[in-house]
Amino acid sequence: MYAFDYHRPTSVKEAANLAGQAEDAKFLAGGHTLLPTMKLRLAGPASLIDLGQVAELRGIERSGDAITVGAMTKHAEVAGSADVRAAIPALAELAELIGDPHVRNRGTIGGSVANNDPAADYPAACLALNATIVTDKRRIAADDFFQGIFTTALDEGEIVTQVSFPIAAKAAYAKFRNPASRYALVGVFVAKHADGVRVAVTGAGSNGVFRVPEMEEALGRNFAPEALDGIAVPEDEMNSDIHADSAYRAHLVGVMARRAVEAAAARG
Amino acid sequence: MTTVSLTVNGQSVTADVDPRTLLVQFLRENLRLTGTHVGCDTSQCGACVVHLNGQAVKACTILAVQADASVVTTIEGIAEGGELHPMQSAFREHHGLQCGYCTPGMIMSAIDIVNRKGSDLDEQTIRAELEGNLCRCTGYHNIVKAVAAGARAMARAPLQQAAE
Ligand SMILES: Cc1cc2nc3c(=O)[nH]c(=O)nc-3n(C[C@H](O)[C@H](O)[C@H](O)COP(=O)(O)OP(=O)(O)OC[C@H]3O[C@@H](n4cnc5c(N)ncnc54)[C@H](O)[C@@H]3O)c2cc1C
Ligand code: FES
Ligand code: FES
Repeated sequence: MYAFDYHRPTSVKEAANLAGQAEDAKFLAGGHTLLPTMKLRLAGPASLIDLGQVAELRGIERSGDAITVGAMTKHAEVAGSADVRAAIPALAELAELIGDPHVRNRGTIGGSVANNDPAADYPAACLALNATIVTDKRRIAADDFFQGIFTTALDEGEIVTQVSFPIAAKAAYAKFRNPASRYALVGVFVAKHADGVRVAVTGAGSNGVFRVPEMEEALGRNFAPEALDGIAVPEDEMNSDIHADSAYRAHLVGVMARRAVEAAAARG
Repeated sequence: MTTVSLTVNGQSVTADVDPRTLLVQFLRENLRLTGTHVGCDTSQCGACVVHLNGQAVKACTILAVQADASVVTTIEGIAEGGELHPMQSAFREHHGLQCGYCTPGMIMSAIDIVNRKGSDLDEQTIRAELEGNLCRCTGYHNIVKAVAAGARAMARAPLQQAAE
């Protein structure tokens, strides 16, 4: 790991100021993506701005028709939150499927969405639940936030402060885990809202997380696994690697989507 | 250099460190607590697991400076009065180790599982919860047995203490 200057602000404002002053700075959240990347010298920021002591970035709140999660909230906290379990059980279940218990004790939702790994889980929940990513500057709809592999709408020095999830009528996440890394080989999040169904796929797309409009329309008419019969995602837009080729991933998208619909439909 | 102050196995420590020092390096090289191992250094294997403010974490993926003002417990800090911790005894009794490289991380993870899930653990729960701990020797079978037995022993331990 290359040397860096270390900063530990205690407020979002101080963190933003530091990012403005320091050259080539990066925010440090749980560090469970950034530190491994720095060890491999794939990243070598001159400064690290540790968000770990910024209390205002933590916590989970239910307000009316949304669950709002602070950026520095750990995966284990989302998985264990009674409010999340009650309002959007699929979101707690997704958090519980991230990595392993140690990763869940450090990794944060803000780090996960800011990083936008093509095999990460939270981006699928954000898209399907029509979440809003709140930053220190603005509010960004998930549809506009995720812009392809490891790419987001965030500007240099912009800080994710919260992710706000509207409470869906029914939702479920079905994940086929890579047995070695535990990231999603394919993960499908299905959410039934008052004004329609949203289906988001992670792990599979060669350009990162994506929605499947054809599935959304079919499920809008009939929210049942059979509604997806005959709908396939284009193979040439899927990832292909040693773990699974694009044909297999395309097939898995259909299978995981059916499982997610089945699980969502079975909820109360 | 940045100053860190933390409590490790009940003792306060303060040191000046290069910010890129990993918590596991700090424990092993500054404090000479070499029971916490480095297996992979890529956040996969769990040989480096310690408790940070009571939660199991991979010390190879945390900077020492991130642990400032925290309470850390390592494998050296769980025996009491020269008596092995019940989870350590269970690993010995059930032959839950061969080379022993993964064992400190396994035991720190196992204690964390009991803290979160209680002492009545079925095999499926233990295997799922040990996903972040790799063992190249045992085939896991005796580790799972040891964790189940250690968990039961942990439930009995406070009662024994009360009786003494
Ligand atoms: C062994 C292992 C298994 C894993 N398995 C999974 C899995 O199954 N599914 C999954 O989804 N993920 C998985 N992860 C990734 C894990 O969830 C990470 O914790 C997460 O992707 C990044 O969050 P972090 O808090 O660690 O962020 P960091 O590593 O600290 O930061 C990641 C990036 O986001 C930026 N950033 C962080 N916070 C903010 C913020 N508030 N505002 C702006 N930018 C910010 C940082 O500058 C950095 O560029 C795994 C990781 C490991 C090590
Ligand atoms: S050495 Fe930390 S996870 Fe392997
Ligand atoms: S006993 Fe050798 S690695 Fe587990």
